[in-house]
Amino acid sequence: MLNAPLTELSAALAGGKVSSVELTQLFLDRIEKLDGELNAFITVDPARALGEARAADARRAAGESGPLLGIPVAHKDIFCTEGMTTTCGSKMLANFVAPYDAHVVEQFRRAGAVLLGKTNMDEFAMGSSNESSFFGPVRNPWRKSAVPGGSSGGSAAAVAARLAPAATGTDTGGSIRQPASLTGICGLKPTYGLVSRYGMIAFASSLDQGGPMGRSAADLATLLNAMTGFDARDSTSLERAKEDYARDLDAPLAGLRIGLPREYFGEGVDADVDARVREAIRWYESQGAKTVEITLPNTHLAVPVYYVLAPAEASSNLSRFDGVRYGHRAAEYSDLYDMYCKSRAEGFGAEVKRRILVGTYVLSHGYYDAYYLQAQKIRRLIARDFAAAFGQCDLVMGPVAPSTAFEAGAMSSDPVQMYLNDIFTIPTSLAGLPGMSIPCGFDSKGLPVGLQVIGNHFAEARMLNAAHQYQKATDWHLRVPAGTPL
Amino acid sequence: MTWEIVVGLETHTQLLTESKIFSGASTAFGAAPNTQASAVDIALPGVLPVLNAKAVEFAIRLGLAIGATIAPRSVFARKNYFYPDLPKGYQISQYELPVVQNGSLKIATEGGEKTIRILRAHLEEDAGKSLHEDFKGMSGIDLNRAGTPLLEIVTEPDMRGAKEAVAYARALHTLVRWIGICDGNMQEGSFRCDANVSVRRPGEPLGTRCEIKNLNSFRFMEQAIEYEARRQVELIEDGGKVVQETRLYDPDRNETRSMRSKEDAQDYRYFPDPDLLPLVIAAAEVERVRATLPELPQAKKERFVGQFGLTPYDAELLTGARESADYFESLVRESGAEAKLCANWQNGELAAALNRDGLEIARSPVPAPSLGALVKRIADGTISGKIAKEVFEAMWRGEGSPDAIIEARGLKQISDSGAIEKLVDEVLAANAKQVEDYRAGKEKAFNSLVGQVMKATKGKANPGQVNEILKKKLAG
Repeated sequence: MLNAPLTELSAALAGGKVSSVELTQLFLDRIEKLDGELNAFITVDPARALGEARAADARRAAGESGPLLGIPVAHKDIFCTEGMTTTCGSKMLANFVAPYDAHVVEQFRRAGAVLLGKTNMDEFAMGSSNESSFFGPVRNPWRKSAVPGGSSGGSAAAVAARLAPAATGTDTGGSIRQPASLTGICGLKPTYGLVSRYGMIAFASSLDQGGPMGRSAADLATLLNAMTGFDARDSTSLERAKEDYARDLDAPLAGLRIGLPREYFGEGVDADVDARVREAIRWYESQGAKTVEITLPNTHLAVPVYYVLAPAEASSNLSRFDGVRYGHRAAEYSDLYDMYCKSRAEGFGAEVKRRILVGTYVLSHGYYDAYYLQAQKIRRLIARDFAAAFGQCDLVMGPVAPSTAFEAGAMSSDPVQMYLNDIFTIPTSLAGLPGMSIPCGFDSKGLPVGLQVIGNHFAEARMLNAAHQYQKATDWHLRVPAGTPL
Repeated sequence: MTWEIVVGLETHTQLLTESKIFSGASTAFGAAPNTQASAVDIALPGVLPVLNAKAVEFAIRLGLAIGATIAPRSVFARKNYFYPDLPKGYQISQYELPVVQNGSLKIATEGGEKTIRILRAHLEEDAGKSLHEDFKGMSGIDLNRAGTPLLEIVTEPDMRGAKEAVAYARALHTLVRWIGICDGNMQEGSFRCDANVSVRRPGEPLGTRCEIKNLNSFRFMEQAIEYEARRQVELIEDGGKVVQETRLYDPDRNETRSMRSKEDAQDYRYFPDPDLLPLVIAAAEVERVRATLPELPQAKKERFVGQFGLTPYDAELLTGARESADYFESLVRESGAEAKLCANWQNGELAAALNRDGLEIARSPVPAPSLGALVKRIADGTISGKIAKEVFEAMWRGEGSPDAIIEARGLKQISDSGAIEKLVDEVLAANAKQVEDYRAGKEKAFNSLVGQVMKATKGKANPGQVNEILKKKLAG
């Protein structure tokens, strides 16, 4: 049951083989047993989870059904949940309880999913290692001295260690895909605008996108079906017909054109990562897919552009955390200005402060044109690179990250090196394109490697199809970390 | 040597939408603190702004009414600064690309009509209020006003002196109420003006300006601009220099004083708000709104002069508010009388009575059809203008229709020439002295004799006939 795909769990619930209460208790017990060490969760409320499970069982008894009815799901602690703390991994919001559910949370609730708990994350989603959380670092189930990636590291570790059948994450520059890659699970960042950002605490509004994290492409399709949909409360939410992301899972691969960006292979990428990704691509070729070398010439500008735009937006988005209405307020202060300074100095961690400083700088008078506007122009060039590439191919494939999970503390003194870990995920975010990570093997240390699949806007069903076909032929996604045995 | 006073105005008009510009919370004035602040207004984590379509429609209305360009694409930007009554730490406003661009408004000045160019009008949200009274050692924050839609209307520095500035502000005040986008309540802050004032020798380039805030009545605006211009002139004449700054007007002392200098000005770090898509307005939408616009004050004024032969002054008074102009047109229609007579009554007796009782014309105890019935009786000779004033007062007190009052009080004019002749004979016989004076060339004596006849009839004699008959008898 702990390692079963969502379709099996759903069938078991529908067939009366297990109740939602039993299933939820199973995962709660496992969290109890293993999470002390992993630290994947910030908040677990067993009573509330079991209450929701009972409600799901009652709904089923009343004749309802659905692929997520009664399934326990963990939410990244960036999604507001009514009546339960939503911390965003920060001291600033350590005691914040939202009076509303995020759209995503609401969608899962409507589908009858059980809220298992809120997962750990880099503070305000700023980080690639889950070391910047106020609630302590998350450990990688595959190697507990290593990081799980970030910022959705808690969700990734929870799914990898089978503490939850599925989880939600958010991705601004790779925060779903990179931790999925580093923990050997699947994660998908949808096309910008598919998943409402309402109730999702903003980091960089023009890039933030919620998405599913699970154990297989088929599971992601089920989760994505629940998460997407127009929401009038988010002005960037796309008004388009609801689609079934599972519809093409079994479509054939023959004739699929896979673009391989020259810039994503070779120098700077670990040899093991490069080898596993190439092996996966060879499998696609064996299935009748055609590979074509493409070029994304502005790839090298993506990280610098991202580290202008994302901090710029963040510096403004995080201004609301001022200690006036909610959140952390310093205990003592001499005047208003002092209250602002102390509250924010105490409430935010180092990485958040670094990005607020950078963002404030690039928006300042006299620097705006040179940094912010210039970065916006390059962002458009990067989008154009992809638009040109998709003239030649249906999907783009490459590594998710240049390396597998690195040791905790290895990069904390060098933020730029840490930022470069997102070099292959950031361009997709800047272009608003969907990207996903699926496991494609292990490196020599036994750490998982992720294959990145990038699609054109709204190509999620096609991406999931390609991933699902691969997973029918491989078992990387079924492997359970030795440190967290079933 | 003379100085020229140059003024530009920035006016924040609060739009009459039912809900806020980016949230569904009510905009009604006067609710208990923080009871009209939604999660969006309080800026809780994760909430997002959604633009109120009505606010956009109101901006288009204003744009069309001032003959401006409605930008097919405009952009909302964030103006970043920290203040306790600014919940998000930024204000959503329009910066580089406002929704309304390049319009104008005509004003009446001593030298005739003048066109004031309006550079732009942009949509933005209001902040909350900081309350410093009632909280010892602390400040209270009321976020009811946070997120209230504002349209900020900015002129070019086209006004010369305080009187023109006030004329523009009044014209704009009339216009925004006329087109139904703002209630114009200056006390409640629905219509707030800031004045940019500078002085120069005629023909020279613009001088350094100061921005004057807190002008919450037209009278204060005039006083503040006059004070500020005087201050600048004195400063320059004493060899000093005007420093660009923001100054606050203190009506109690009738002076302006420095709030902050340009050097203290904050860097607002404007950038396009990524939570809101650019505002795209289709030409069809502009046309749809255009079709809902009423005849505008300027057009109506010109028509009142052209069609009714009114003086520009009368037309200006009558078109001071849409309700007033509507009243007038109804009055003309109902009375069937000459427009000039109607205008005299509306601008005279009615205006005086409304003013005396502090009433808006829409709440007049004598509505247009009633006043029309009264004016009709003047026009058809049933009563004189003088008697009509008495009838009007009775109507004002709610004593009934003009015909009923005339009947009940027996105020019907005496137009029977036989009766009047008899009276005139009596008066002439009893006032030999005045008759003699008149014949000796004292014109005044004539008026006295008319007065006697009118008095004898309690004012009911037809004054025209009395005049005529008297003249005839005296000549004879």
